[in-house]
Order: sequence, then C-alpha cells, then structure tokens
Amino acid sequence: MTTATASHDNHDDHGHHGPAKGIMRWVLTTNHKDIGTMYLWFSLTMLFIGGTMALIIRSELFQPGMQLIEPEFFNQMTTMHGLIMVFGAIMPAFVGLANWMVPLMIGAPDMALPRMNNWSFWILPFAFGMLLFTLFTEAGAPNFGWTFYAPLSTTYAPSSVTYFIFGVHMMGISSIMGAINIIVTILNLRAPGMTLMKMPLFVWTWFITAYLLVAVMPVLAGVVTMMLMDIHYGTAFFDAAGGGDPVLFQHVFWFFGHPEVYIMILPAFGIVSQIIPTFARKPLFGYASMVYATSSIAFLSFIVWAHHMFTVGLPLQTELFFMYATMLIAIPTGVKVFNWVSTMFRGSMTFETPMLFALAFVVLFTIGGFSGLMLSIAPADFQYHDTYFVVAHFHYVLVPGALFGIIAGVYYWLPKWTGHYINENLGKFHFWMSFIGVNVTFFPMHFIGLAGMPRRIPDYALQFADFNAIATVGAFIFGFSQLIFLFVLIKTIRGGEKATDQVWEGAEGLEWTIPSPAPYHTFAEPPHVK
Amino acid sequence: MLFRTWQRLSSVVLGLVSAPAAMADWELNMPQGITEVSQSIYELHMLIFWICVWIGVVVFGVMFYSIFKHRKSKGAVASKFHESLTLEILWTALPTVILIAMAVPATTVLIQMYDTTNSDVDIKITGYQWKWEYNYLGEDVGFFSNLTTPEDEIYNLAEKNENYLLEVDKHVVVPTGQKVRFLITSNDVIHAWWVPEIAVKKDAIPGYINESWAFIPEGEEGIYRGQCAELCGVNHGFMPIVLEAVTGDEYQVWLEEQRAGKIAEAQAALGDFSYDELMVKGADVYARSCAACHGGEGQGLGSVFPALAGSDIALNDMAAHIDIVLNGKPGTAMQAYATQLSDVDMAAVITFERNAWGNDTGETVTPKMITDAKK
Repeated sequence: MTTATASHDNHDDHGHHGPAKGIMRWVLTTNHKDIGTMYLWFSLTMLFIGGTMALIIRSELFQPGMQLIEPEFFNQMTTMHGLIMVFGAIMPAFVGLANWMVPLMIGAPDMALPRMNNWSFWILPFAFGMLLFTLFTEAGAPNFGWTFYAPLSTTYAPSSVTYFIFGVHMMGISSIMGAINIIVTILNLRAPGMTLMKMPLFVWTWFITAYLLVAVMPVLAGVVTMMLMDIHYGTAFFDAAGGGDPVLFQHVFWFFGHPEVYIMILPAFGIVSQIIPTFARKPLFGYASMVYATSSIAFLSFIVWAHHMFTVGLPLQTELFFMYATMLIAIPTGVKVFNWVSTMFRGSMTFETPMLFALAFVVLFTIGGFSGLMLSIAPADFQYHDTYFVVAHFHYVLVPGALFGIIAGVYYWLPKWTGHYINENLGKFHFWMSFIGVNVTFFPMHFIGLAGMPRRIPDYALQFADFNAIATVGAFIFGFSQLIFLFVLIKTIRGGEKATDQVWEGAEGLEWTIPSPAPYHTFAEPPHVK
Repeated sequence: MLFRTWQRLSSVVLGLVSAPAAMADWELNMPQGITEVSQSIYELHMLIFWICVWIGVVVFGVMFYSIFKHRKSKGAVASKFHESLTLEILWTALPTVILIAMAVPATTVLIQMYDTTNSDVDIKITGYQWKWEYNYLGEDVGFFSNLTTPEDEIYNLAEKNENYLLEVDKHVVVPTGQKVRFLITSNDVIHAWWVPEIAVKKDAIPGYINESWAFIPEGEEGIYRGQCAELCGVNHGFMPIVLEAVTGDEYQVWLEEQRAGKIAEAQAALGDFSYDELMVKGADVYARSCAACHGGEGQGLGSVFPALAGSDIALNDMAAHIDIVLNGKPGTAMQAYATQLSDVDMAAVITFERNAWGNDTGETVTPKMITDAKK
C-alpha cells in the first residue's frame, strides 16, 4: 500500500521500497519493524502513565492518615494502575518485541498477516483512550480493582464500568489477533532448515505464549460480557439475589487470570535465555529442557487458577488439588533457573547493560518465585491472602521480572534497531538506580504484609508506618530512574557509537547476520539454516 | 522517626542472619497467634521460608561464584558444555522430593482447619458496606460493629491514637476454652473477615455461608484486632474487626448484659426525648453510621452517594425519609437500618438529618414514630 509514495533512497534494502514519509507511514504501515516500534513506544507511554498512578498511590501511603486524595480516587488509581500496567505496558511491549524480533530470528521477510498486524496495533490507542477517558467523567474511573470482582463491579459499580468492558473487549481482540499472527508466522515462515527445535528460545516462549493468549482472552471476553448482561440486561450470572453466583465470576476470571500471569512472564524467560548465553559466551545450557519446562508451565497454568481463591470457601478436596498443582509449578520454573545458572557457570562473562538487567531478572524473579511457593501452601495462604505480602510477590515477578526482561531485551536489540550502541555508563546508571529503587520499594512490602496490612487500603494502622514510608521513597527512586531510560533511548536513536552487524561479541542467530540498523526489509530471500 | 527506621532496618538484617525468633519482635513476620491452628500455620510458614532461603543460598551462591570467577576480564575462557541429562533429572527430582515433604504437613493443617464440627459457640458474621454484624446463634444476641476512629484523626486534624483504624464501638466477644464456629456471609459485596492472631480469614460472600473456627485456649484472654481483607468499595480500609476473648464465665455475664441492654433499649423507645437530646444523639449516630457515604457535613460523596444537606428527602416528606432509613433503597448502596439501629437511634439520626447543615425544618422525629412506622 505504500508503493505510490515509497522512496528509493535506502541503500541497504536491495531494491525494495523504503518507508513512506510523514504520519501516514505509521498509520498505514504493514511493516513488522514499524509496527513493533509503535507497540514499544505505546507501551512506554503506558508505563509512564501507569507509573504516575503508582506514585500517586505511594504518595498517599507515605504516612498514615488521608493527605492527598480521597479513598474513592485511591481505589480508581489502584484499579487503573493495574489495568494499564498489565494490558497497556507489559503485554504490548512483548508484542512489540515479537513483531520486531520473531521475523528476524526465524529468517522471515515479515509477519505472516501484515494488515491484521496493523489493525491489532491501532485498536490499542482507542481501547486505552476510552479507559483513560473515564477518569474525567463524573462517575469517575473503574474503582473495583484490576480483578473487578462481582458484585462490586456489577451491581455496585460506577457507570464507567461499561466503558471499561468495551475497552477490555478491544484489548482482547487486539491480543488475539496479535497472537494468531505470531503463531502463523512461526509455523509458516521459518527459513529452510530452521526446525522447531532449532528456534531461538525467545521464539519458542512467544509461540507458547501466543497459544495461551488464544486460549484465555476469549474467556476474559466472556466474563466481561456476562457482567455487561448483568448490568444492562437484567441477567443474574453473578447476582446471588437472582440465583447467580459471585464465586462463578472468580472461577471464570482466574481461569483467564492465571494463564495471563504466564503470558506476562514467558516471553521474558525467552529474552533472558537469549541474553545470558550471549554475554557468557557459552551456549544455553539445556535448550531442550528449557522448551519442555516452558510447555509444562503453560500446561500447569490452566489447572491452578483457584489458588487465587483459597479463602472463598472451596471444598477441602478442591483446595488440596489446587495446592498440589500449584506447588508443581516450582519444578519446571526451578529447571529454568538452574539452566540459566549453569549457562553462566564456566562461561566467560561480561556485564554490559542488557546482561545486568538479565542477571537482576534471574535473582529477583527467583525471589518472587520463592514467595509464590510460600503462597501455594494453602494453610499459610489464609494469612498471606490479600495482604501486602501478595503485593510484594506479584510486583517482584512483574517489575524486576517481566519489566526488567523487557528492558533487558530493549537494550540487547537496540543497537540492531538503531545502528548505535547505547552509552554504557548511562545504561549502567539506569540499571543501578532501577535495581536499588525496585528493592527499596517492594522488599519492605513482604514485612508489612506478614505483619498484617491488607492490600488496596488508602490508610493504615500506625504499626505499618515506617515500612510504608521506605516503600514510597523507593517508588520515587524507581519511577524517576525510568526517565534515564527514556533519555538513553532518545540519545541512542539520535546517534552514538556505530554498531557492528553482530553487535555483541558472543551473539549468535539470524538477527545478527543482517546489517545494523536493520534495513526496512530483511530476508526477502530466506537464509539457509544448517 | 529516621532513627527508628534505621533501627528496624538493621534488625531486618540481623534477624535474617541470626535467629528467626528475633524477627517476630519487630513485627516483620507473621504473628504466631494464640491458637493451635495459627501456630501450625506459623510453623509451616517458617519451614517453607527456610527451604526457600537455603535453595536461594545454593543457587545464588553458584551464580555469584560464576559471576566473580568466570568473567572475561579475569581471563576466563568459556567451556562449551551445554547439556547434562543427569543434572536435569537431578534438579527435577530433588525439588519434587522437597515439595512432597512440604505437602504432607500442609495437608494435615488444612484438614484440621476445615474441621468445623462440634462447636460450642456459633457466631454468624455478616459483612456490610462498611461494617460487620454479629449474631450469636441461639443466644438472642446480635449487634453491628462500626469503626470509631474519629474523622479528625483520619484527616490529620487530631493526633492519632494507638489503635488508629483498628477500633470499633462493639467488640465481638468470644469465650476461651471453647470451640467457636464462625458462619460468614455478606449483605452486599464480597468482604473478608480476618483476625491474624487466630489465623481466621474467610471471604464473606452474598448468597454463601462460609465456615471457619477458632479455639482460643484459656489464659489467652485479650483483645485481638483485624481488618476486612477483600476490596469492598470506598471504605474498605475502614471496617476493622475487634475480637475480645474472655473466660467462659465472663462470656455468660456479657451475654446477659446484651440481652438486658436490648430490653432497656425497647423500653427507652417508649420514653420522651427532647429535640436537644435527639440532636446530640443523632450527631453521634450519624458520624458512626451515615457519614461514611453521605459525608461528615451531609455533602454526599462523588456521584454515587447523594448529599443530604438541602436535599428533597431531608426537607420534605418525613414519612419517605423514615421509610428509606428503615428499609433502604433496593439496587443502591443504601442499606436497611431497621435492624441496625435502635428506634431511639433511628429517631435521633432522622431528627438530626432534618435539622443539621441548614436543613432547618424544626421537626422532631420521636422514637414512637419509628416504632409505628415499623408496624
């Protein structure tokens, strides 16, 4: 569609058309690199919006008492922070990385369904525009938590819930289309010789993630549609007074919600599995077991959902089943961590910025995994459930887990995208500030949770004051450190030391065989993989 | 403050490297609690915690050894090994054994927690936005329990007291040395009733009655505080639980007092109250039961909770006003207060609402009018 205005001044594209000029390049593009770039900028924007909300929350919690905002707005902030970070920052960032890197890693010329690719991105700004707009309506934004338990989100919801439902539908459509595109690309467009068991781990983890998305996003769409019916059409799926069942909501939501958790972490596993071998200059230890472990985690993710519901009054047998199934997840996850450590063992390591983030990922994600294992012990979960211990747990797996994985991936592939190395000093500064900030924020939350502070409260008893103050200080350190990230990104795009084709000394794979920056069109002729 | 913070921080470090017992002193850890179940849970928690610590020490130990020894700047040359079936089997099998060892005691404790049979005392707990109702089954005793922390403390206009946000007007009293069963449900959205010291946390769900229990041994009499643990709307952070464990004899006396109090209340409704008496009482009832939604000055809250100051209902039709407070408004957050407030309190608060904040109707609602309206 860009042929009419295409320019021919790109010397690296071997006779293909370069990008169109002006804004229409981005609106109409079907190029996987352009779409990947847009996804990444979109998620960075959402990261800053969601991060600002987090800082509002932390500011209110700096001291006991209500200082800055009212409880009603506090609930809107916790809800919007969760929704925006999960659906707006983490998920689109991974889709952006997949768009950029999956075709380059498997030697494909583009994604298999490029026009759908354009559409699946352009739905997102409208979905989030609608969600954010509710903040400015009279009824206020959704205030029932990102898990939107009925009947708080149905009978007792603000009128903005309908916009929220529509927004979730749009995000779901976007995710499903993105996932289908990734599956089809991986199955059909691999270069000759690239068998499934030769695919880079990032491709493997995304392949499995995409199946999870296709499986569970329709379940999410189903549950919000049931809410819509309850609110507007007089049904009573979740209304006990009409013969419905509020617990049904939680079962359906978490049947989506638990695989969703792995949707947000499996691609990060893939990124880290690319980075560690590169900087250890040693092949990934246990490639096949990594693939099997990822598949096992994905399978288990479908049969553990009720561990989010240990206190809703499930029968004893159900409780035991979900406790055992949840504990099992520790095994494949452990295998992955052991493999990463073995990859480093007797390697020849250097510690460039992407490696630092990957190493922090391994340590801090594992800490989040440990608290996850503790939470799986059902009797103990009666004390942990819905406290800051849970908040600490999932922030450890999502921030120094998923987000550090994304940042590591961005630093790792940025020279390939822009043709420039980052300024290592600035990158390391960003890393250390983030590392300190994230731990000062979230580690004390373990303590206040164990000491008994429930989550989602705008004000708290005096014994929780000190650690809350520390967490707030950490949150500001972490939040403002991300401005360094933005600065590094812009600076690297504008210039810097020229990157070689291979970029990193130990890097292996098809994406390192093409020039840096990657030309607009790559692998028009498929490479041969031995 | 900063000094205290440092003191706590250093105790964290010390606690982690020395003994687990040292940690409990600084409220860094889960309370051991006062029941057999809560102590079993604490032991499970510490067991899994130390398992994690040791796995972490080993894994991170190897990792940091590699980071320091096997770095390129020290001339390390990468070896090429990248597979070992033996290792993969080993580190699949070993965690499996550890997990089974962990699952056995966890299962035992869970079975114990689910055994709600043979209770001596049954208390039905109902969650409301945003308060708890307690009914002692078969004892003809029941009451609502509201937060008593003054708004001035919450908004930093007065110094916060020791039990800030963890204090209520009526404690839920239970006897020690007896098995107390809790039957937990909700009137509106999902809440969760949680008292950490007895390790009871159970969701209060409309349409369900969940069961839990506690046996507080003799000698553990005292006051134990908890909070709602499930997001239940705007005042989720303001519906605490105060559990008072007393001896069996004291418990019987307390039950008698409650029953006597109820009779006295009914008789009081027959008496005469002056406008001034009702206004003073009404202001108090309003602060406890109404201000959370309708605002301290009757100004309402957001678009969901209407203002009362200058409102049609408070200025005009008195019968409609009495009706909505008695019976609530279905489909909204406005609850029925007929069972929550005594007739005297009800008369007082309606009188107050019709005369406060410039609603100068000059009208007095008497307890008798409420009694009649209930018929």
